[in-house]
Amino acid sequence: MADKILKQLKIKVWRQKNAKSKGRFETYTIENISTGSSFLEMMDILNNDLIEKGIDPIAFDHDCREGICGTCSLYINGRPHGPDTEVTTCQLHMRKFKDGETITIEPWRARAFPVIKDLVVDRSAFDKILQAGGFVSVNTGGVPDANAIPVAREDAEESMDAAACIGCGACVAACKNSSAMLFVSAKVSHLAKLPQGKVEAKTRAMSMVAKMDELGFGGCTNTRACEAECPKSISIMNIARLNREYLKARLSR
Amino acid sequence: MSKFLTASIGRKFIMSLSGLFLMVFIAVHLGLNLLLIFDDSGDLFNQGAHFMATNPLIKVMEPILGLGFIVHILWSFTLEYQNWKARPVKYAKKNMSGASSWASRNMLVLGALVLVFLIIHILDFFVKIKFTGDPSLTEVLVAGEHMENTYALVSGAFMSSTALCVLYILGGILLGVHLSHGFWSSFQTLGLNNKYWLKRWQIVGQIYAVVVALGFAIIPLYFMFGLYN
Repeated sequence: MADKILKQLKIKVWRQKNAKSKGRFETYTIENISTGSSFLEMMDILNNDLIEKGIDPIAFDHDCREGICGTCSLYINGRPHGPDTEVTTCQLHMRKFKDGETITIEPWRARAFPVIKDLVVDRSAFDKILQAGGFVSVNTGGVPDANAIPVAREDAEESMDAAACIGCGACVAACKNSSAMLFVSAKVSHLAKLPQGKVEAKTRAMSMVAKMDELGFGGCTNTRACEAECPKSISIMNIARLNREYLKARLSR
Repeated sequence: MSKFLTASIGRKFIMSLSGLFLMVFIAVHLGLNLLLIFDDSGDLFNQGAHFMATNPLIKVMEPILGLGFIVHILWSFTLEYQNWKARPVKYAKKNMSGASSWASRNMLVLGALVLVFLIIHILDFFVKIKFTGDPSLTEVLVAGEHMENTYALVSGAFMSSTALCVLYILGGILLGVHLSHGFWSSFQTLGLNNKYWLKRWQIVGQIYAVVVALGFAIIPLYFMFGLYN
């Protein structure tokens, strides 16, 4: 079955020359887009048009385009990663839009994620949080036998579910408080559930939360928007675990 | 400890604990208030009010309750201000209705409206009973004990003004909506939640919110429609 063609779309997009300049919205018209094309392919076509017209193409983040690297972002029609659930922007398709529609595209908005250019934001705040404690300190050497440390199946599953976080920042973008709690809790949880990660659990929770606060992310008010918009459906039960880990760590000193 | 109170999670613990404390108070308050509609002579309510006014434990709890209110209210404004600062440039187009509940996104607005109601409520009854007095607050003899006729003050206020009744019905409903998010949310913040308990807290929270909203609304309705003898 041939894909339907969207005859005309209006793309209202945030343009900002660099980190220092004041941005504004520009509206472009784009024609004959196949509903089978991905959202980023539509952006590529639009950028081709802009280049031919001598306009600076729209800068946006993208890499694997397979929904696994966490590079693409975009706040589309009021939702991070657009009007679909459990997908990243690169996995969003134009069949989710109607002919003649105006599509509003904005960058992630958060003090901790400053805009670099157009739709590209600096997400190195996430790296800094990871560097603060999102790791396991181990000595190098031979690989231990896989069955040497028993791990309960449920723990392994919950750890893997938390480890599915690709660090795209949709949780921060979706949260009315620009809170990074879902990200931090996923990173704390996937280690806290495993024996190797338990050793540093206390210092990890404290230093990652301290870094998160320092970088200017907001607090969690349990609206659950992060969980609903997360392309990997990371559960807010991880946030409850982070709160628990944090409280335990604080009470023990 | 100071580090705990300045950390985002620490501040949320304070919100959660003060919220839970206020929820216990609300349950006690509602329980006593319902005596208004179960005994039209007013004796039961007067006895209840007299007990609350004279019991030493309640006397100790009164200032702590006041502190609980102040902490919960002041903390909410500072926390919300910090959260607001975390997004200096706002979105032009938002579509949040599918991802989160209205109550969860508007806890501050709901809380502020409840605060407005609370101030009116305190001026209506608490201040009159405790400090300024009121002509309707005569002394009555119930079960051999002399006490203030608080029933006359409360029932008289509701009987004489439909506007006051409507205000109290709205107050009850607003509080219920606030609690529909607040109840399970406080357990989540304390870390007392997992995939099994989430549904349980939410169901108990919804029941609690409905009981509070209906319970507080039914009292002015009772007097508004003249169901007393």
